[in-house]
Amino acid sequence: METKDNEKLLELLEKDSTLPTDELASLLGLTPEKTKAMVEKVKAQGLILGYQAVIDWDKVAEEKASALIEVKVTPQKGIGFDKIAHEISKFDEVSAVYLMSGGYDFAVMLERKTMKEISAFVFEKLATLPSISSTATHFILRKYKDHKIIMDQEEDDKRIERLL
Amino acid sequence: MKSPLFSTKVDAIEPPKIKIDFAEVRKEGVVSLSVGEPDFETPWAIKQAGVEAIQNGYTFYCDDLGLPKLREEIAKYLKRHYELSYDPKDEILVSVGASEAIDVAFRALLNEGDEVIIPQPAYNSYPPVVALSGGKVVNVNLREEKQFRLQPEDLEKVITPASKILILNYPHNPTGAIMEKGDLQKIAEVCIKNDLYVVSDEIYSELTYGKKHVSIASLPGMKERTIYISGFSKAFAMTGWRLGYIAAPREMIVRMRKVHQYSMLASPTISQYAAVEALKDGEEETEKMKAAYNERRLYLIKALKAMNLDCFVPEGAFYVFPCIKETGLTSDQFVDKLFKEEKLLFISGTGFGPLGEGYVRISYAYSLEKIKEGMVRLGRFLQRYRH
Repeated sequence: METKDNEKLLELLEKDSTLPTDELASLLGLTPEKTKAMVEKVKAQGLILGYQAVIDWDKVAEEKASALIEVKVTPQKGIGFDKIAHEISKFDEVSAVYLMSGGYDFAVMLERKTMKEISAFVFEKLATLPSISSTATHFILRKYKDHKIIMDQEEDDKRIERLL
Repeated sequence: MKSPLFSTKVDAIEPPKIKIDFAEVRKEGVVSLSVGEPDFETPWAIKQAGVEAIQNGYTFYCDDLGLPKLREEIAKYLKRHYELSYDPKDEILVSVGASEAIDVAFRALLNEGDEVIIPQPAYNSYPPVVALSGGKVVNVNLREEKQFRLQPEDLEKVITPASKILILNYPHNPTGAIMEKGDLQKIAEVCIKNDLYVVSDEIYSELTYGKKHVSIASLPGMKERTIYISGFSKAFAMTGWRLGYIAAPREMIVRMRKVHQYSMLASPTISQYAAVEALKDGEEETEKMKAAYNERRLYLIKALKAMNLDCFVPEGAFYVFPCIKETGLTSDQFVDKLFKEEKLLFISGTGFGPLGEGYVRISYAYSLEKIKEGMVRLGRFLQRYRH
């Protein structure tokens, strides 16, 4: 039960980290005291790494783009995947790095950069790292859904009012 | 001499008491917590099964009892969930929603003047449907202090030699009440002792929170006197597909089949293909929707409690039924003023019969955001009308 409540708590916070304790408590069906203790505990366990807002940047008029860069690497002696990933992660421009299965090794995400910044990052920083054998940069044209939130979704209740 | 132009039975049906202009409800800024239908669209795989049925040309009438494959799945489902055993061959009839099932049941069972006992407050279609079949409606009060569960002593008080059928509707609309096995056993005893039949409308059976639903038909001696009614609308968010079913002993199904085949011919074929998918693979989706309803239910109970509004804790369906007597307003006044002043719409308890006076029904088939906004408005309203 405890594990299930814990999972539910994390899901609720992931969806809306601004929920006050008493509201969290009512959604979980637990007392506010118990809920508060659980929140403290998951924080102490390092399960929550940060709180962010989900912003629809497409609505903010700016000449910036986001990109997904496929990166292929050739691990060398003493330089494994983890080491390379950490090197890439250190760059400020990078917002996410994932190790992938399939046709390439890392997916590197850049968010809200100018074209110049993106190309400079690829040519000057990424490509010069040892062990990187190739990159392919894909620009994200538009976001329709992010962090489980559908962008620009019109509220549309198709039901009609009637006594049932 | 000719009789009056219109059926006197039809003219005797009172028009709905709800005064709200529903066109107003569509306007901007209105928060409606009124509709008794899931806010979810039909799950994707079920919709897809309907689309496939159309594409594959299953656009013809089907058996009047319903698609054999669907009847088999219904039988399996009833066994799996509620320990009910019905033969798909001749003990199950697929109807056009649970609504038609209710109509068919009364038309097949009632003779002029038979008494039908309806626990009140009640879903508003029972009394007219009973009356149209020549039955006489006899009300029995559900009491809040008994969690709106029908009490055997209350039932016994209204039984006469003409009593024929008891309607049970648990999980209950409009209160959200449930009845547990022990409660049902006591009612079953009274039914057996007094030779009462039960029309059990269990359309909300999948929506109980914490306690598993028990059907009165599963109790000893009750299958033979129960007409079990359910459907796909609430559990699988399939209201617009218009599909329900009756499970009952074969001598009853034989009669109900006659009514159904001559009035409806058959239920929609396409919907039935979708329903097969719902019963085979839809349970995971039902669980997800149920989890969402429960989240909202817990939130609402908490919010009403924080406002000190007297409300019994519902354990089923998607309604709460708070008592608003302390405001000094009637239910109709309360709903009317709330709508005019706060653009918040509930349903008056009197929409479910005179015994709903003093209560309002709030539906939580709405997003949590809507419900939260609704509670803010309700809080403001109560502050003005509290003495």
